[in-house]
Amino acid sequence: MSQEMVLNISHLYKSFGNNHVLTDFNLSVYKGENVVVLGKSGSGKSVLIKCIIGLLKPDEGTIKVFDELIGDIDDVALDRVRARVGFLFQSNALYDSMTVRENLEFPLRRHWIAVTQEEVNTMVMEALEDVGLVHTVDMMPVELSGGMRKRIALARTLILKPEIILYDEPTTGLDSITGSEIIHLMIDINKKYNTSSLIISHDMNCVRRASDRVVVLYNGICYASGTYSELIHHQDPNVKQFFEQDYK
Amino acid sequence: MDNPTALKLFLDEVGDISRFAGKFLTQWFKPRYEIAEFVRQCFVIGYQSLPLVGLTGFIMGLVLTLQLRPSMVDYGVESQLPAIVGIAIVREIGPVITALIFAGKIGSSIGAELGSMKVTEQIDAMEVSGTNPFKYLVVSRVMAAICMLPILAVLSDAISLYGAYLGVNIKGATSFRLFWMLVIDNLAFNDVLPAFIKTFFFGFAVGIIGCYKGYNSKKGTEGVGHSANSAVVISSVVIFIIDLLAVQITDFLGFN
Repeated sequence: MSQEMVLNISHLYKSFGNNHVLTDFNLSVYKGENVVVLGKSGSGKSVLIKCIIGLLKPDEGTIKVFDELIGDIDDVALDRVRARVGFLFQSNALYDSMTVRENLEFPLRRHWIAVTQEEVNTMVMEALEDVGLVHTVDMMPVELSGGMRKRIALARTLILKPEIILYDEPTTGLDSITGSEIIHLMIDINKKYNTSSLIISHDMNCVRRASDRVVVLYNGICYASGTYSELIHHQDPNVKQFFEQDYK
Repeated sequence: MDNPTALKLFLDEVGDISRFAGKFLTQWFKPRYEIAEFVRQCFVIGYQSLPLVGLTGFIMGLVLTLQLRPSMVDYGVESQLPAIVGIAIVREIGPVITALIFAGKIGSSIGAELGSMKVTEQIDAMEVSGTNPFKYLVVSRVMAAICMLPILAVLSDAISLYGAYLGVNIKGATSFRLFWMLVIDNLAFNDVLPAFIKTFFFGFAVGIIGCYKGYNSKKGTEGVGHSANSAVVISSVVIFIIDLLAVQITDFLGFN
């Protein structure tokens, strides 16, 4: 793995009223690395990735994505960064009023990527092939199962060939078999396109299989960091509680 | 208002809607122009509302004529029924009833659609995809509402007058030509223009309130229902307030 840093979060603070969600959070992600952020529900994991992509504004601290300081850049530059960062939403966030094809075409057209209609069609079909759902191209999101919707959302994330993919709880709401298929797909995609990924999860199956490194988010800070096999033997009770079920 | 908290909430809401409307006014003329979405919204908001607006307009004209007839007969001015109905429809009832129907259909639809998009993170996804969701979703819908409601109101007025013609002829006999002559001859520029202008403001109110309620929807699916409901209630009240102000302003300007 090369040591080119693609994401650097430094002294990040974010509060909602008196609820201090992130307090001096630090994290770096390197090219090709898959980092899982592990934390309890409501610990601020989703807030963290929404700050990274510029959907939420941090109270303090810096977020650097590809040498661009999110928060200091204008909207045009932020859009350029967003075109290089994929975001898989927890709820998939597929546009209900659009077909699968239109859902996939949307980011291509909105990021002013100069492509012909023929190229658009090729890119759409290629993204659908990656997730094994070519036959759904003209279907509406409502006609798809939960697992299929997740795959389509992943295809939409992939269509711009992002260099970093942010996954917000990719297996939440899916049965264990479908969840495993999604994890397998994520690993394949990361290998195929050599993307870095930041995965927010509390699904230990996902943590074990998809991570090169695990970061435990606890009390708003990066409480512990290491590989899965290092952390599973960690003695700190606040870390141990996440791995207890797997350790037994 | 029973207590200061309710008053504070009310004032907060008014302030937030005003800020939202202010944002619309500063954003609508700036590029990127969402022409395709605007045209699509004109179709959804305007064309697809036409059957409902037409039907209610026709019934409104018919019922108004039937209700007015006995009083007109009592006063011995039955022959002036087309003129009175025409003035009532064009000046007041047509634009206001059309706006209320529009608020019920379009205000609730916009509130529910944007509310649903908000709670399922579709608005966030749009932003991540390099789109300004305010321009794409709000500006296009409000502009479509502003453009379509005046057209619908004019069409509704015309259809209402056909209903009125039927009403006149249920218990009497007036030729089509005489009916329209009585209507047109008694309508002045001062009757038509203020009524037409106020429909642009009705359209703005319905669009902006529907978008505001949807765009700021909270509390999951329950919030979506609340957004749709409150969009209709607030829009309807605001339509009457605008109407009241419009009457005062046109009176002040000497249009009455």
